[in-house]
Amino acid sequence: MSILDADFMRLAFATGAVVGILAPAVGFFLVQRRMSLIGDGIGHVAFAGVAAGYLLGVSPVATALVASVGGAVAIEWLRTRRRAAGDQALALLFYTGIAAGVVLVSAAGALNANLFAFLFGSILTVTRGDLLLVSILGVVGVALIALLYRALVAVALDEESARVSGIPVGTLNVVLAGLAGVTIAVSMRIVGILLIAALMVLPVIAASLVAWSIRSTILLAIALGLAAVFVGLAVAYYADLAPGGAIVLTAAGSYVLVGLGSAARRRLLARTTG
Amino acid sequence: MPLAVELDRVAFAYPGGAPVLRDVTLAVEEGEFVAIAGPNGGGKTTLLRIVLGLERPTAGSARLWGEPAARSGRRSRISYLAQRAQLGIESPATVREVVEAGLVARRGVVGRFRASERGRVAEAIERVGLTPQAAVTLSKLSGGQRQRAFIAKALAGAPDLLVLDEPTAGVDVDAQEALALLLEDLHRDLGLTTLFVSHEFGAVERFVDRLVLVRGAVVFDGDPAALPSSWHDPSHVHP
Repeated sequence: MSILDADFMRLAFATGAVVGILAPAVGFFLVQRRMSLIGDGIGHVAFAGVAAGYLLGVSPVATALVASVGGAVAIEWLRTRRRAAGDQALALLFYTGIAAGVVLVSAAGALNANLFAFLFGSILTVTRGDLLLVSILGVVGVALIALLYRALVAVALDEESARVSGIPVGTLNVVLAGLAGVTIAVSMRIVGILLIAALMVLPVIAASLVAWSIRSTILLAIALGLAAVFVGLAVAYYADLAPGGAIVLTAAGSYVLVGLGSAARRRLLARTTG
Repeated sequence: MPLAVELDRVAFAYPGGAPVLRDVTLAVEEGEFVAIAGPNGGGKTTLLRIVLGLERPTAGSARLWGEPAARSGRRSRISYLAQRAQLGIESPATVREVVEAGLVARRGVVGRFRASERGRVAEAIERVGLTPQAAVTLSKLSGGQRQRAFIAKALAGAPDLLVLDEPTAGVDVDAQEALALLLEDLHRDLGLTTLFVSHEFGAVERFVDRLVLVRGAVVFDGDPAALPSSWHDPSHVHP
């Protein structure tokens, strides 16, 4: 039996394709802004959103989406208003999010296997409704990045200069934070809340080892993100593992491979030119 | 000539802190090339941030082309080159990608570049002598070349006011000389109002129209040739 014969695997791969594209594309701008860990903070808030979904009896994906975007915008607000330093704002979000999640999930009596699927990802739990929501959000996310690409690059290169010349930096930062929130919500079924931030960051830092421009970094990161998702899902299917771990370990492996390849290429070039 | 920058009896202190600037009055005409110098901690970067509307004075007023600096309607005509440490020099951006970013403020944040805009980018890169390096990433350039890439970014926006904060920090003497010559060319050819803020002004001293020394207040404002010889190193300014 082929891996794609099972309906749940087709749903997982389709959802994974959206995740593999969106997470590194958003992650690139977070890495450039030295905000690599924001995804972790938002993930913890998303956990509270999932728990709220259980408590209210509505779709945990929808409530996690609301919580993630709200949390992302809150952290940006704290950061820019200088109410808290960047890492303090993250810490505030991290611990409040996880504590709210634990309280809500125990109130809902939902400390069970379903919750673990959200924390670490599951290939069995993606529904057609999830795929539809993820696809819509993914298309909107990628379209927004394409539309605002040059402005996001300008802010990533020099935020203060962008602000001086009248680029709406605050609005762009909120949009980027919102996109990070959307990416977390979109990805949690497959990769899991606790690991999604890695898929936003690892493909980008792997790509940056060999890329030759911003554009090539983003495209390579997307290629590596897609490869990590597909290989990780296949490994999870055949070895009966949680997909989040398999996907993120594959992404980490791609960093090692790209790094070794890049070092070997440099050595070869040095030998031929020297 | 109309005034590009006006500071009138400006004072500034951070909340709970000692005064950084007191009673600063400064007027820069359109087309002037002015060096603002002074020792580290003397308040020149704060003065610059007030000029750019990034900080509000605690007393007095700051105006750009006659409008309050913080609410200027001509923001897209200002190109600001921040201190080196704040620039994304570790990003994987090529020279061309950096310079393209300089167009965003003028043309708006959405949409694709037109042919004329791509031409303006190529022109700005050529102007700073980086055409052969246009597709090279910043990380592979020298400090002086990176500095020129960011100046090309500033030029791509066709600014009326060019503001450079410590542009010579971390670059060697040859690169400082080359930068000074480039700024002189731009000032002469384009008539750009230029504010050059640095604790090292030796490289541009012979090109600027005026030198302003800041040490909590303006302690000198005039022709650099009139500067007392003992003041030529601004880290040893004695009012």
